[in-house]
Amino acid sequence: MKFIDEYRDPEAAGGFARALRRITTRPWTLMEVCGGQTHAIVKFGVDELLPPEVELVHGPGCPVCVTPLELIEKALEIAAMPSVTFCSFGDMLRVPGRTTDLLTVKARGGDVRIVYSPLDAVKLARENPDREVVFFAVGFETTAPANAMAVFQAAQLGLTNFSILVSHVLVPPAMEAILSSPKSRVQGFLAAGHVCSVMGFTEYEPPVARYRVPIVVTGFEPLDILHGVYMCVKQLEEGRAEVENQYARAVRRDGNVQAQLLMREVFRIVPRKWRGVGEIPESGLGLAEPYAPFDAELRFGVASHTADEPTECCSGQIMQGLMKPHECPAFGTRCTPEHPLGATMVSSEGACAAYYRYRRLTVPQQEQKAVSHGN
Amino acid sequence: MATDLAPGGTCAVPIGDHAHVLLAHGGGGRLTNQLIDGLFLPAFGNPSSHAHHDGAHLNLGGARLAFSTDSYVVRPMFFPGGDIGTLAINGTVNDLAMCGARPQFLSVGFVIEEGLPMDSLRRIVSSMQAAALAAGVTIVTGDTKVVDRGKGDGVYVNTAGVGLIEYDGLIAPASVQRGDVVLLSGDIGRHGMAVMAAREGLQFESDIESDCAPLVEPVLELIESGVTIHCLRDLTRGGVASATVEIAESTGLHIRMNEHAIPIREDVRGACEILGFDPLYVANEGRFIAFVPEAEVGRALDILRRCPVSREAVAIGAVLETQGGLVTLKSRIGATRVVDMLSGEQLPRIC
Repeated sequence: MKFIDEYRDPEAAGGFARALRRITTRPWTLMEVCGGQTHAIVKFGVDELLPPEVELVHGPGCPVCVTPLELIEKALEIAAMPSVTFCSFGDMLRVPGRTTDLLTVKARGGDVRIVYSPLDAVKLARENPDREVVFFAVGFETTAPANAMAVFQAAQLGLTNFSILVSHVLVPPAMEAILSSPKSRVQGFLAAGHVCSVMGFTEYEPPVARYRVPIVVTGFEPLDILHGVYMCVKQLEEGRAEVENQYARAVRRDGNVQAQLLMREVFRIVPRKWRGVGEIPESGLGLAEPYAPFDAELRFGVASHTADEPTECCSGQIMQGLMKPHECPAFGTRCTPEHPLGATMVSSEGACAAYYRYRRLTVPQQEQKAVSHGN
Repeated sequence: MATDLAPGGTCAVPIGDHAHVLLAHGGGGRLTNQLIDGLFLPAFGNPSSHAHHDGAHLNLGGARLAFSTDSYVVRPMFFPGGDIGTLAINGTVNDLAMCGARPQFLSVGFVIEEGLPMDSLRRIVSSMQAAALAAGVTIVTGDTKVVDRGKGDGVYVNTAGVGLIEYDGLIAPASVQRGDVVLLSGDIGRHGMAVMAAREGLQFESDIESDCAPLVEPVLELIESGVTIHCLRDLTRGGVASATVEIAESTGLHIRMNEHAIPIREDVRGACEILGFDPLYVANEGRFIAFVPEAEVGRALDILRRCPVSREAVAIGAVLETQGGLVTLKSRIGATRVVDMLSGEQLPRIC
């Protein structure tokens, strides 16, 4: 497939791996920020091609994972209301709250629907004026523009039966939170390419200067990731710390300015709790004052609800790169995708879920040897 | 279970012990298997039924019969490449073929929703007639029920079928051996993506058509040519991944597949990429895998490629000498990973 197969070419991957081995002289720990990258790394086995000195740790960039428990609880409460048609992207439906999930609410008779775009929810609201249509607006800067557009359109159309439950999170504040932690092991970042295609990468210039840590804007295909790792290690080996753009085919320095304007029109920056991590200041988006009538939390009176995380889960440490999924004592035993204890196991993009799916069963020894000998 | 209780008095969801049936219980993944192993088999299981196989092998008055049933609840009823009628015939016909049988007689049960346009029902029946003719089966008995408006998606169809087993050995997971090669009859993922695109109104550059088709011809050709066959499995819900994992787990053997060898049409791959689906898990309705001894591979592929429905047959993997009960996949970039069964259905992801 054009623009996909080129980035999954085994010979080119081998070439990058050899080049990386040539320039690597000592151990480096890099973090890929986005869950999509984590998934690709584990699915394609990108980490198997890296020299032993280079370790990848997995960041907090899975929007499903970091949506706090209390927002899930609010979603479940709203979705169970008889007047509500609750719309969500598919992967939020399996995320457990304290006692149930949206799929179960649906099984019990709730009107819960999977949509592919928030604009589909706006359409549903127009077509069903007697229903309260609520969209679960989850995600990073990647989904924020479309969600902003949905609210903007609903306002233009004068819809009074449409609202969104907002759980937007922002990537740069989370990266800063990791960098500023005294325990941080991260020496370089692969930034999430799709976030940067919206936001550009000027936001990363101050933290790079402050913390002297290279950040490479990186894509999602195996070769993108290998190339991103190569660029990051090269900076580290040469003693440089800069923002570089590996994903130039999709990302410009200033990003998508129109999308940013729309986001600024509809949203405002708010403090946000991250599931497994805790509250990070200025790390989320909420609806701006003129759009408050579209806020589902206010409309359905759930704004003050709170819920605490179970403390057994280590996802906070995993998302800060302090621990790998299989090092958790609950991994694969008390914590599985069917019965997740916390953030990183709940979504298929989460680091623990990716390890569970692709790494839980060990590849037999002799086969692994064959692979490492270039079979 | 004590381990379900997390500190702080909160209780995580015990997804394994649902108080209500979820859609995922019918998704063909782990939850479906839990339902079969935990509820149905303890109640109904018996040694001749070959649980987790496509049909039962029965001895009746000296004849070796295959017996199978399936219910069809697809929404929408009509989709590019087929409809619920073609599915209902081909699905059961294929389950019988996977037992090494020549499908012969089918029953048909309709559960029709009040208000279904008679034209739609005519169209479905006409598809069934054509599909039965193409597969060489006769519909010999049936049943009709009508339910209140709003209690069904237009129409649900159940078919059951019997066929005579024409292969001397046992075609079943239990016959799979180390050294067997896994053959795949053609490209994967078309049915699932065709139905999804039709259901959700997704527009792709080209129409993806379901691969829905009878698999009788290639199976009988293999048998008639005297090819040794150890196991056959049609790839329905859960796709090639779930089918191979089920066989690996039930036999304790290690199956290795080569991702690069698995044919997937470009439009199907594109649609899967957009939705975040893994085509290995996407449903098919006209594809099967065959486990044959290595020495038979050349002949088996020649025969399969002469049949239109399996003309793109390829070898995609092998049963290794290593210990297992698992499936591994050599990825496109040359690394190796484990292929697991999904817990439920694949859900389109956020970004």
